[in-house]
Amino acid sequence: MNPAFSVVFLTTLIGAGQGLFLALFGAELAGYVYSAPDARGFLLIGGAVALLFTAGGLLASFFHLGRPERAWRSAAMWRTSWLSREVIALPVFMGLLFLWTAGHAAAGDWTLPLGLLAALAALALFLCTAMVYASVRFLQEWASTFTLVNYTLLGLASGFTLATALAAWGAPMLVDAYGVFALVFTLAGLVSRSLSLARNARLKPRSTVQTAIGIRHPKVTQVAMGFMGGSFNTREFFHGRTPGALHQVKWLFLLGAFVLPAALLVLGLYAASGTLLALAFAVQYAGLLAERWFFLAQANHPQNLYYQAVA
Amino acid sequence: MTQLALVIDLNVCVGCHACVTSCKQWNTSGSAGPLVDDAPYGKDPRGTFFNRVQTFEVGEYPNTQTVHFPKSCLHCEDPPCVPVCPTGASYKRKEDGIVLVDYDKCIGCKYCSWACPYGAREFDEDRKVMTKCTLCVDRVTDKALPESERKPACVLACPANARLFGDVHDPESVVSTAIRERGGYALMPEWNTRPANHYLPRHRTGMTIHAEDLVRVDNPLKIDGKQPELPQQGAGREDYAT
Repeated sequence: MNPAFSVVFLTTLIGAGQGLFLALFGAELAGYVYSAPDARGFLLIGGAVALLFTAGGLLASFFHLGRPERAWRSAAMWRTSWLSREVIALPVFMGLLFLWTAGHAAAGDWTLPLGLLAALAALALFLCTAMVYASVRFLQEWASTFTLVNYTLLGLASGFTLATALAAWGAPMLVDAYGVFALVFTLAGLVSRSLSLARNARLKPRSTVQTAIGIRHPKVTQVAMGFMGGSFNTREFFHGRTPGALHQVKWLFLLGAFVLPAALLVLGLYAASGTLLALAFAVQYAGLLAERWFFLAQANHPQNLYYQAVA
Repeated sequence: MTQLALVIDLNVCVGCHACVTSCKQWNTSGSAGPLVDDAPYGKDPRGTFFNRVQTFEVGEYPNTQTVHFPKSCLHCEDPPCVPVCPTGASYKRKEDGIVLVDYDKCIGCKYCSWACPYGAREFDEDRKVMTKCTLCVDRVTDKALPESERKPACVLACPANARLFGDVHDPESVVSTAIRERGGYALMPEWNTRPANHYLPRHRTGMTIHAEDLVRVDNPLKIDGKQPELPQQGAGREDYAT
């Protein structure tokens, strides 16, 4: 597939936003509000940052649409379409997140049930976002439970890393706990992403050129795809990069999304340096951009069997 | 239940692209508005087409066959592109099984194209909506046309009669008969999309010639003595057969 940057930014931004909110709500559940005089201030700022990330994701998603002015229509088919469910889950999460943040601004005592609803919405959004990809059975690289696990773990990892960096600035007593969770999610993400890479490397395509045109001969080669100037089929489904470039991006994201941020987290926690922790998030987010690009690019669509030779 | 479909005979398709151009002509002139035709005379024409003819080579030189393979939407009976559409713009008509896109509802998210293993959909870069073969729905249902012309443009254009059109749920239709009697098959059966369109396979045309078939035993010239007798020309195979 040819990765669309709108999708790369959408999924990484909302993932970090969801993870950050879950980190903040985790602190609230642990009784953080009563442990420090300005505790609500940190949750308020954190909630606003999470809102900013999810709003950025929502904005990015509009760039994916040919007709963004009709985007409201996409909530219609939630019974059958995971994309439609995602379109509903994202604003619901954002709305609840806004109310929860506003609740802390107003120092209301109803933030806990609201936060619980928002946490459920965040988890539902992880499910919906991942299922948009995992439910397309023709893209065998995506049609796997790994897609769900990876989207959730990587969102949690980047969100908790962001929470650690924010806590270093506004809630020092949370830094160590957040840092440990960020490390756990980052390393768990590394394990599950590596397993999914291993799975995808062993995949055997279900469709072949023989089943594509229905001629059972061991040697079938395309001579012409029927046009020379390219079409939607050649633009949307081929990333146009060499296998070597893909290989490099793979190592880049393994380093950038997992190894380097984990090292920076350890260093930042050890040296109690907010700068290092902020750097850990910046590196991890950049790494996740590469990870998402690779995730999209790696998928090999069966329609490509029909577009192997120009003339 | 009616399921309109095409049956494409790969044995007679000559790869002339008449179905491609007639499809483009009909569908660019219809009520749905023109199909984008980006740089039609430029170096890289990028227009949208609903139908393509591709060419494959089967076998290894010198024992090869060139197969021309027209490809358009297969109007699956279980179309995977329909349930994924978030707006309901992509739908399958109850009355005749044609899979269509409502261009006024489509938001251009392209998700349906990901969910089609055949690459049958092409995004229209001008209108910014997804487009696809309509099986010339505006033509096959037009009662103002004489019945013989109520067929998709590609079917009418095919000079080799390689494209048949009809209801594959009617066992007596020309398409059902062709599928049944000439080994019609569906593309990528492994995905269980149950395409309505079928393809008829290539088959070898051959004959066996025996030496004695080449010379007539009862040549009148021989009888008249105007041509010398061939040595040892006895009765041929046909003489026993008849």
